[in-house]
Amino acid sequence: MAFDPRPEAAVPAGAPGGALPTAPEGVSASDRGPWYLAYKRFVRNRVAVAFLGLFILIIVFVLAAPVWATHVAHTGPNETHTLEKLHVGGEIREVVTPEGKPIGPQLFGAGGKFFLGADSRLGRDEMVRLMYGGRTSLFIGIVSGLITTIAAVILGLLAGYYKGWVDAIIARTLDVLWSLPVLLFGIALGVSLAVGGLKIGPLELSGGSIWVPILVISIFTVPYVARPIRGEVLALGQKEFVEAAIAQGAGSGRVMFGEILPNLASTIIVFFALNIANNMLFEAALSFLGAGVQPPNSSWGTMISIGEELLTTQPLLAIIPGVMILLTVLSLNIVGDGLRDALDPRAKVRLEAHAGMVEKEGTAV
Amino acid sequence: MARFIVRRLVGMVFVLFVVSLIVFLIFNVIPNSPPAQRLAGKNATPVLVKSIEEEWGFDDSLPQQYLTMMKKVFTGELIQYSPRVPVDERIVEGIPATLSLSIGAAIIWLFFGLVLGYYSALRAGGKLDKFLTGLSIAGISIPVFLLAPVLIYFLAEKLKIFPNGFYVPLTEDPWEWFTHLVLPWFTVAILSIGFYSRVLRSNMLDVMNEDYVRTARAKGLSERQVMLRHVLRNSLIPIITLFGLDFGATVAGTAIITETLFNIEGVGLYAAESIAKLELPPIMGVTLYGAFFVVFINALVDIAYAYLDPRVRLGTSAQ
Repeated sequence: MAFDPRPEAAVPAGAPGGALPTAPEGVSASDRGPWYLAYKRFVRNRVAVAFLGLFILIIVFVLAAPVWATHVAHTGPNETHTLEKLHVGGEIREVVTPEGKPIGPQLFGAGGKFFLGADSRLGRDEMVRLMYGGRTSLFIGIVSGLITTIAAVILGLLAGYYKGWVDAIIARTLDVLWSLPVLLFGIALGVSLAVGGLKIGPLELSGGSIWVPILVISIFTVPYVARPIRGEVLALGQKEFVEAAIAQGAGSGRVMFGEILPNLASTIIVFFALNIANNMLFEAALSFLGAGVQPPNSSWGTMISIGEELLTTQPLLAIIPGVMILLTVLSLNIVGDGLRDALDPRAKVRLEAHAGMVEKEGTAV
Repeated sequence: MARFIVRRLVGMVFVLFVVSLIVFLIFNVIPNSPPAQRLAGKNATPVLVKSIEEEWGFDDSLPQQYLTMMKKVFTGELIQYSPRVPVDERIVEGIPATLSLSIGAAIIWLFFGLVLGYYSALRAGGKLDKFLTGLSIAGISIPVFLLAPVLIYFLAEKLKIFPNGFYVPLTEDPWEWFTHLVLPWFTVAILSIGFYSRVLRSNMLDVMNEDYVRTARAKGLSERQVMLRHVLRNSLIPIITLFGLDFGATVAGTAIITETLFNIEGVGLYAAESIAKLELPPIMGVTLYGAFFVVFINALVDIAYAYLDPRVRLGTSAQ
C-alpha cells in the first residue's frame, strides 16, 4: 500500500487528540506498538473478520475466472452460443430457444457448462461472465479507490496545511463538487467519454475502455474523502509535534508527508475500504444505465441491466449479480467499520461518517 | 436573517455558474471527437452534423460557445436529434412522475426513520438499536438494482400484490397512482430509513446530556414532554441539511435507476433511454436542470436551517 508508514512512526501514543490509546492488553501494550494493538482489536471483532474472509473468497472467486473458463466452461465471457445445443444428462437442449429464451442454470448437469445458464438471447455463459464481470467491477472499484484516496490525501494535506487562499480554492471546489448530484454528472461525463473517447496529449482512451468509468468515478468521489481528511489535517496542524518539527527547521513537504501523513494512516485505511465499496456501487449504477462499462465487456452492473429484461422468466439473471455486489459492498463496509473501531477506538461517529456528512468530531479536548 | 439569505443566494448563483461551466466542459470542451459529431448521435448524416456545428457555433471562441449552449438550454432550443423533439418538452412531461416518486419516498423514509430513531433513542442499547444498526449497514450496501428486481419478482410477479411498474397520473386515477407507486417508494425509502433513524438516535443521545434538558426535568415537566418538546425538536435540526442533500440526490440520481427498473415514465427514464442510445442533448438538459434543482434545494435548506438555528445565521458556522 502506498501510504503504509513505518509502524514506529504511526500514531504515537498521545497523538492525535491527546488521549492515550485504550490499551486493554495491559503490559504488552507499550512494547508491541499501536499497529499490533489495532490488529488485536480487529481480530477480536468476529463479524468483521468473517466478512473479511468473505471478501477474500470473492477475490479468489473472480481471480479464478480464467481457470473456470478454460477448464470447466470451455468458453470465454463474450463468446456467443446462440445456435448451439447442449447435452444435459441424456437429452439435448438448445442454449437459446427459438423464442429467445436462454437456458436456465445447469449446475454440473452439462459438465460445468452453463453452470448458471445463459445470459440472454446471445447465449453467453452466465457463470463465466459473472466471474469476469466481477474482475471488472472489483478492478474498477479498487483502482478508482486508490486514485481517489491518493488525490484526496494530497488535496486534503495541501488545503489543511497551507490554509489561506490554497485552502479557499480547494475547499470551495470540493464543496461544490460534493453538493452536485454525483450520479447525474457521472452519467454525463461517462456518456460523453463513451461516445468520443478522450485525448489529452499522450493520454488516449477509447470510448469503450474501462479506464473511462475509473476516471469518472475517481473525479466525483474525491470530495467525499478529501473533506474529512482536510478537517483532520487542520486539527493536526495545531498539534505540538507539528510545531516542534517546524521549529527544528523541517520544510513544508517534510511536515506534511513526514509528520502529518503518518498520523492520517488510520483514517486513510478506513476510508480506502469504504471508498471501494462506494465506488463499486457507483460503477454498478453507471454500468446499469449504460454509462459505465461498455458492451461486450461484462461487469456486475451491465449484467443486471441485461438480466432485468428477463426478470419475469429468469429472475436469477438479474438477482445473482446483484447479490454479488451486495456481498462485496457489505463485506467492505463491515470490514471498514471494523477497521475504524480497531484503529481509532475513540471515534464515536461510525456509519454517520461513512456518508461523509458528519465530519469526525474534533478530538482535541 | 435577510443578510444571511442574500449571502446564501449570492453563493447559490456562483455555484449555479460553476455547475453550468462543468456541464459545458463535459459536453463541449473535453478534447476527444468533434463535439458536433457527439451531439448528433451514432447514426447521424454528415448534413446533420454540419448543421449542428453551425447551430452550436463550434468554431466560435469558448465563451461564445458557452453562451450559445446556455441560451439553447434555457430557451427551449435544446433538441434531441432522433427523433427531433425539444428536450425540455420531454423533461416537463416527466416531472410529475419523478416528483411523485421522490416526494412519496421521502415522506416514507422520514416518517419511519424518525419514529424508529426516536424509539431507539429512548431505549438505547436495546434490540431495536441492533436491528437499526443492521438496517443502516444494509441500507448503504444494498443496491437499488438488487432490491427492485427482488421486490418486483416476488411481490408483483409471483404474489401479484402490487402492479408491476408503470406510472398512472394522479389526476387520472388516484388509487391506481398510489398502488403503482408503493413498490418504487419503498425501494427508494427502505435504504434511507435505517440511516435516518441512526442519525436521529445519536443526535438525541447527544442532546439528552444538555443542561437545558436537565432544567426541563428539574422544573417538573413530564418525561414525554421533555422528550418531545426539548430533545426531539432540537435533534431534528441537523436532519434538515441531511434531508435536503438526500432529497436532491434522489430526484437527480436514485430516481433515474428506480424509474428505469419500474418503467415509470419520468425524467429519469427519459435520461436512461437517452443514455442507452448514447444521445447527448437530453443528457445535457437533464444534467443541467437536475443540478440546478439540487443547488436550489440546498440553498432553501440552508435558509431553513438558519431560520431554525440562530447560531448559523449569526455566527461562526456560516462559512
